[in-house]
Amino acid sequence: MTSQLKKEDSVGKVIVITSGKGGVGKTTSSAAIGAGLAKRGLKTVVIDFDVGLRNLDMIMGCERRVVYDFINVIQGEAKLKQALIRDKRVDTLYVLPTSQTRDKDALTQEGVEAVLNELREEFDYIICDSPAGIERGAQLAMYFADEAVVVTNPEVSSVRDSDRVLGLLNSKTKRAAEEGAEPIKAQVLLTRYDKARIEKGEMMTVEDVLEILAVPLLGIVPESPAVLKASNVGVPVVLDEPSAASQAYEDAVSRLIGEVVEMRVDGERKPGLLRRLFGRSA
Amino acid sequence: MKRFGLPLWPRRSSSAQTAKNRLQILLAHERSGSTPDYLPQLQREILEVIRRHVTVDEEAIDIRMEQGKELSSLEINIELPRSRP
Repeated sequence: MTSQLKKEDSVGKVIVITSGKGGVGKTTSSAAIGAGLAKRGLKTVVIDFDVGLRNLDMIMGCERRVVYDFINVIQGEAKLKQALIRDKRVDTLYVLPTSQTRDKDALTQEGVEAVLNELREEFDYIICDSPAGIERGAQLAMYFADEAVVVTNPEVSSVRDSDRVLGLLNSKTKRAAEEGAEPIKAQVLLTRYDKARIEKGEMMTVEDVLEILAVPLLGIVPESPAVLKASNVGVPVVLDEPSAASQAYEDAVSRLIGEVVEMRVDGERKPGLLRRLFGRSA
Repeated sequence: MKRFGLPLWPRRSSSAQTAKNRLQILLAHERSGSTPDYLPQLQREILEVIRRHVTVDEEAIDIRMEQGKELSSLEINIELPRSRP
């Protein structure tokens, strides 16, 4: 099933998608980034770390195919390859769902490490979809990461929580604990960005957020109806019809793999004459 | 939005209807407790029975499932060794 050879010889890279605050778009971003990497032919697996509140499977559209999960693998009840669900649209994309019925204590550091090590051998990218909060699940999702994507909305509580999470990435992770190890490379992904409200001065700008958080920017994802639509039908945004959001995620994925892509901020569409005349009353 | 008591456009767009259908199927399974927590044990027992007759590898069993509205299917693939003992 996972016999397809990895593109690169080196071990796979573990990237945690985290935020502290809930509802900012971690799972949407995990699915979009995972699918974006896989579309480029990179063998990618997305892991759901939100034990008891599984949702990645819904966003990826494989909720009816879950047999075994991450916890079954950690507890030795199933082999890793039995729990991996291969995406039906992109054949280099896999999902490792979590358990809906157990609690967070089922995750152990040793278990997570063993699974990640096995995945590193087989995959180019391992995307860890962190739960909200900074408890056990979130800490384990980030512990073994090489890189981090901190999903942030231009809104006070989200930026504050992102700052807290950036602190944890620099102190409570394997790379932080190991002497001489490169620190985790953390980047901010700004989501639910509303250009119109920023122009009106109602929402913090990209510069405002970056000035506060002081980490590089991976991308800017505009608020877009395409995101809700994609989650309705269980298709990662980048695999659905092209939209401002899918374009933004594609750009972010390019930057993640080291390409230089100019930062652009696009609304869903240019307001038409009528909308400009009568305001955004819709 | 209503005008003259008639909906201006169908109340639900098709993606919202898809979302509702997906949730109904999933939650029906989750609420009934029929989410397959019994699968690891089922797998062990199936292997046990098969091993009474043939030698098979522990990893030679592959279970796939597809949950549907009316019925769910469980697909169990077992690789048998070429020569029987």
